Amino acid sequence: MKSVSKLLAAVLTVSIFFLMGCSDESSRTITVMTHDSFSISREVLEEYERTNNIKLKIIKSGDAGSALNQAILSKSNPLADVFYGVDSTFLSRALDADIFEPYDSPGLADVLEGLSLDSKNRLLPVDYGDVCLNYDVELFSKKGIKPPFSLEDLTKPEYAGMVVVENPATSSPGLAFLLATIAEYGEGGYIDYWKRLMANDTLVVQNWKVAYWGKFSGSSNGNSGGDRPIVVSYASSPPAEIYYAEKPPEKQKTAAIISPGTCYRQVEFAGILRGTKKRKLAEQVIDFFLSIQFQEDIPLQMFVYPSNRMAALPEVFLLYTKPSLSPISLEPARIAERRDRWIEEWTAAILRQ
Amino acid sequence: MKVAFFLKNAYKKKAHVKANTWGPVMVVVLPLAFLALFYFFPLFEIFSVSIFPKGRPDLSGFTKVFFYNSYLRVIVFTVFQAAISTLLAVAVGIPGAYMFARFDFPGKRILKTIATIPFVLPSVVAAAALESILGQHGLLNSGLKSLFGPDFSGINIEHSLTFILIAHVFFNYSVVLRIVGGFWSRLDTSLGESAKMLGASGFRVFFSITLPLLRPAIFAASLLVFIFCFSSFGIVLILGGPKFATIEVEIYRQAAHLFNLPTAAALSIVQIVFTFIMMWVYTWLQRSSAVKINPDFTGLGGRKPSQKIALIFIAVNSAAILLFCGGPLISLFVKSFVTQSGLSFEYYSALFVNKSNSIFYAPPISAIGYSLMFALGALILALILGLSASYFLATHRGKIAGILDPIFMLPLSTSAVTLGFGFIIALDQPPLNLRSSPALVFIAHAIVAFPFVVRCLVPAMVSIPDSLRDAASILGASPANVYRHVDLPITARALVAGAIFAFTISLGEFGATLFIARPQTPTIPLAIFRFLGQPGSLNYGQAMAMSTILMLVAGFCFLVIEKFTRHTGMEI
Repeated sequence: MKSVSKLLAAVLTVSIFFLMGCSDESSRTITVMTHDSFSISREVLEEYERTNNIKLKIIKSGDAGSALNQAILSKSNPLADVFYGVDSTFLSRALDADIFEPYDSPGLADVLEGLSLDSKNRLLPVDYGDVCLNYDVELFSKKGIKPPFSLEDLTKPEYAGMVVVENPATSSPGLAFLLATIAEYGEGGYIDYWKRLMANDTLVVQNWKVAYWGKFSGSSNGNSGGDRPIVVSYASSPPAEIYYAEKPPEKQKTAAIISPGTCYRQVEFAGILRGTKKRKLAEQVIDFFLSIQFQEDIPLQMFVYPSNRMAALPEVFLLYTKPSLSPISLEPARIAERRDRWIEEWTAAILRQ
Repeated sequence: MKVAFFLKNAYKKKAHVKANTWGPVMVVVLPLAFLALFYFFPLFEIFSVSIFPKGRPDLSGFTKVFFYNSYLRVIVFTVFQAAISTLLAVAVGIPGAYMFARFDFPGKRILKTIATIPFVLPSVVAAAALESILGQHGLLNSGLKSLFGPDFSGINIEHSLTFILIAHVFFNYSVVLRIVGGFWSRLDTSLGESAKMLGASGFRVFFSITLPLLRPAIFAASLLVFIFCFSSFGIVLILGGPKFATIEVEIYRQAAHLFNLPTAAALSIVQIVFTFIMMWVYTWLQRSSAVKINPDFTGLGGRKPSQKIALIFIAVNSAAILLFCGGPLISLFVKSFVTQSGLSFEYYSALFVNKSNSIFYAPPISAIGYSLMFALGALILALILGLSASYFLATHRGKIAGILDPIFMLPLSTSAVTLGFGFIIALDQPPLNLRSSPALVFIAHAIVAFPFVVRCLVPAMVSIPDSLRDAASILGASPANVYRHVDLPITARALVAGAIFAFTISLGEFGATLFIARPQTPTIPLAIFRFLGQPGSLNYGQAMAMSTILMLVAGFCFLVIEKFTRHTGMEI
């Protein structure tokens, strides 16, 4: 029994120490709420914290949807001062909930055209990514067929049984792909397109991890047997494959299809949470998110594109991929209004026929 | 003179015991207060925000859930798959429980550990492991193909109910094994032996003596397995594919993606009410079936198998466990070493390098450290709460206990998203502003873990005849001493089972913690999720390496917990 009480005492001491350590917040600490995919490199953060005498406390709250919903639920008593990572498909939900304060950051001057979607600047574009089809380069060259060029191609017999997509009801790239088909085929035609797509033996799985790691033949995970050479992923997945390869491959194994009308553009936004007591510091942090230092750090940390047009891209991005020249996107207000209905319609017609 | 003194003393003690009947009531206050604060209060808050968004009730969620075919179908499917999964797990688990309870053989503890490890794996990883064996391109199919030729189409169970059921048995096998096995090992064998001597066949002994005696443990294990499968999330999401949805999956979809809180709340309430009813039936069944028997202190470790048939039984059973539980685990282990340049430690050495220099990089040692810290904290908290609750339930058998028993079980099947969102809005004022504090991780884990401890302990505690406790207290033992010298030794195995599951629940990051805000306290499962979030073979390899580390850490800790409790518990 002695050892039990000793152990108990040890754990309690550690926990108390731990809790006290965490409640130590100075007036120069700013809390940033974000989703699980957020990342930043050590030297960029440390450099910023040092030169500005500021401390960033970053808390992650689940996937993009859960994180935003938590911010909305805690609106009367916000958990953080700044939020990073509202996806353009959730933009209207965030604005309708009225949880962000407007801020005309000087950094907006360098933001790429077309990314700003909120005229009042409550949400500022920080990065963007294109949800695109990826294909297994080796397999297509071995079989001697060309990769598909359009969404329509996916319904042709030569691509039968090749495609794996994500369920729009449970996956963010899945939803983006559904929106792409709605933009291309219209509200009256997308169900018909999906029926043809499914008739061509397309596989729907629940999320990106299952699709990419489990079913896509191009993902170089060595020994699990994905056998579908086309997957819905991101324009930036091929450079990630190269960057995270064990050794630089001689040939590119996967590539993104960026032809017009196939990629859906997702923009991510950051904003100051309404009710912050540190407005000035929060503004500084937003400026930092739009600054060259942070923006050039984005590609290799989160594998999306910087919104700042002055930010230089790393070599793997220049060599192995391009953002789509004419990406698809739908108006956030329309998405907010119709999303539930589209997903229900799609689920009923495609999954539970 | 001596006798008179003894009687006088005994009378005094008896009076002392009577005066102390408030003791158990005081004990139950602790778990009740904990539940009230960290379970009912957050739930109440999230439900009131969801159902009364602007002060007026919004019942659209309930209308949808009860009148839309698709939701009814989800509810029916949830119950159906949970029931079948439970039956299968119990049927498969009972022979194993018998083997572990009655026999001693080399490798017994390792085998038991292997059977328990699946419980700790994140569902993405477990799914990958099962698919590498049973999937379309898995080991089984390539074996069959080499047997029947390349034209053989193979078995395709991906995205089917069969796969969900197999995975549920894979996960929950050890629940049956440990709870029923632990109880079984304490059953007195002399009853069965007398029956045999009187001419009863082995089957007859099993069905008319052993099985009825085992009933409390079987009910308890079934209930846990049922509740687990009933609120199954990752397995159904990944292995079942998009065609299948449990209530839990639907709540996640409604709350996290659609932000349709009224529907999510209505579904959560259905989930909770259903669990309560199940629990109530269970409590009633358990009360009518519990038999108090003198526990067997002699056959603690079981005996060495001597008959041929026993040896064959053990061999077959062990082989089945190795194949079914060990196979998928070994495939993860193998994957963590198969690199593009052959077998190597490359993925393991990569774990020590922060390639992208991210601040979220977690060196393996610190991920293990955080995991162990949270798991140990949750274990201790869950044991304190679980022991208090089960002590009350086992000694008080009135109406209050009849209601409290189901209530203690509710957290186990409450949707993680709902509870996570509840924490965010409820625990936002000092002194309980815990929203982004690591303390919330301990609390969230303990809330899910302590019902497990209760379920493991109560059947064992109830089986202790009151006469044993009375005898001890008449002989002058204080309530604490009665507990230490009567209850503790008899319930030690149940306690080990409860402790192991509590620890595992935290180590595997079950429940609400995936949905609460947390600062940089990376655990092993979180590190695995981070690796799997981006493409690249190094990421996949490192996820496999981390999974292997998780399995080893879990296995090692199971053995330590067993050893530890054996030393403190078996003092008689």
